[in-house]
Amino acid sequence: MFRAQIIVKLKPDVMDPQGQAILGAALHLGLAEAKRIRAGRHFEVILEASDETTARTKLRELCEKLLANPVIETYEITLEHIQEGSDNC
Amino acid sequence: MKVAVVQFPGSNCEMDTVRAVSRVLGVTPSLVWHKERISPQTDLVILPGGFSYGDYLRAGAIARFSPVMISVIEFARAGGLVLGICNGFQILLEAGLLPGAMLPNNCLKFVCKWVHLRTERSDLAFTRETKKIIRLPVAHGLGNYFIDQNGLAQLEANRQIVFRYCDEKGEATEEANPNGSVANIAGIVNEAGNVLGMMPHPERAVAEELGSTDGAEVFSSVASFLLTQKAS
Repeated sequence: MFRAQIIVKLKPDVMDPQGQAILGAALHLGLAEAKRIRAGRHFEVILEASDETTARTKLRELCEKLLANPVIETYEITLEHIQEGSDNC
Repeated sequence: MKVAVVQFPGSNCEMDTVRAVSRVLGVTPSLVWHKERISPQTDLVILPGGFSYGDYLRAGAIARFSPVMISVIEFARAGGLVLGICNGFQILLEAGLLPGAMLPNNCLKFVCKWVHLRTERSDLAFTRETKKIIRLPVAHGLGNYFIDQNGLAQLEANRQIVFRYCDEKGEATEEANPNGSVANIAGIVNEAGNVLGMMPHPERAVAEELGSTDGAEVFSSVASFLLTQKAS
């Protein structure tokens, strides 16, 4: 069993109105040090797979076809092996 | 003429669309639930506006996996006429039937107002009867059309941009752009010209009481196109 942490981000050249608004709010909060905020999405996926390579192939397919829109977004997958039946599943 | 209006969970413009088509063309479209299939005898498929699947993940991202979309994609690839309005446009983008993607409006607000549009092509099934400058309402939070520079160059070269936001004189100015869309794009067509996606709502502008009848021209264009097709 595997647990994947997937982060979907907007590509660097894609405008991020949400990130800009959050930056505006951070500045209102008094955080003048904040220079740039980009918003993204996080997914946690528990996946059954025989090995890490198979797990990565399945997760890449999931990202490319559903979790991310390749026109505007990129994704990163972090994978860890977990024990079957553990509390984490 | 057979018109199908697809109903996804969360669609909310399907009945307006049915009534608009009935009023303009005198034919009553069939409502097709997202678990059904499009009949091959259909002349026009409309994906209506709304918030399919609550806009979860990205607008249209879940609806594109609805069973009905398999038949919509087959229908479109075979040359059938498909019109996606607002959320319907977003679904066509997610399904890969049209290029590009939608981002949140650059003003970060849901924009609900009347806009002017410049019709860039009058040789399409959807626009043969539309005037050069038309007035339609928009109502969306995710209508900021994005495509990269190469993609935009291709759209321009293939004449795929059908409607641009403009002022009342027809100038596609920054002020006239309600959401930050690249090149003031409000509607695009696929290369073959049979799949149109547009953010403004033609079905909300089919009677004087509604404030404009310009939207009716989109539907009557399709009817006139089909008549000439059947005659030839």
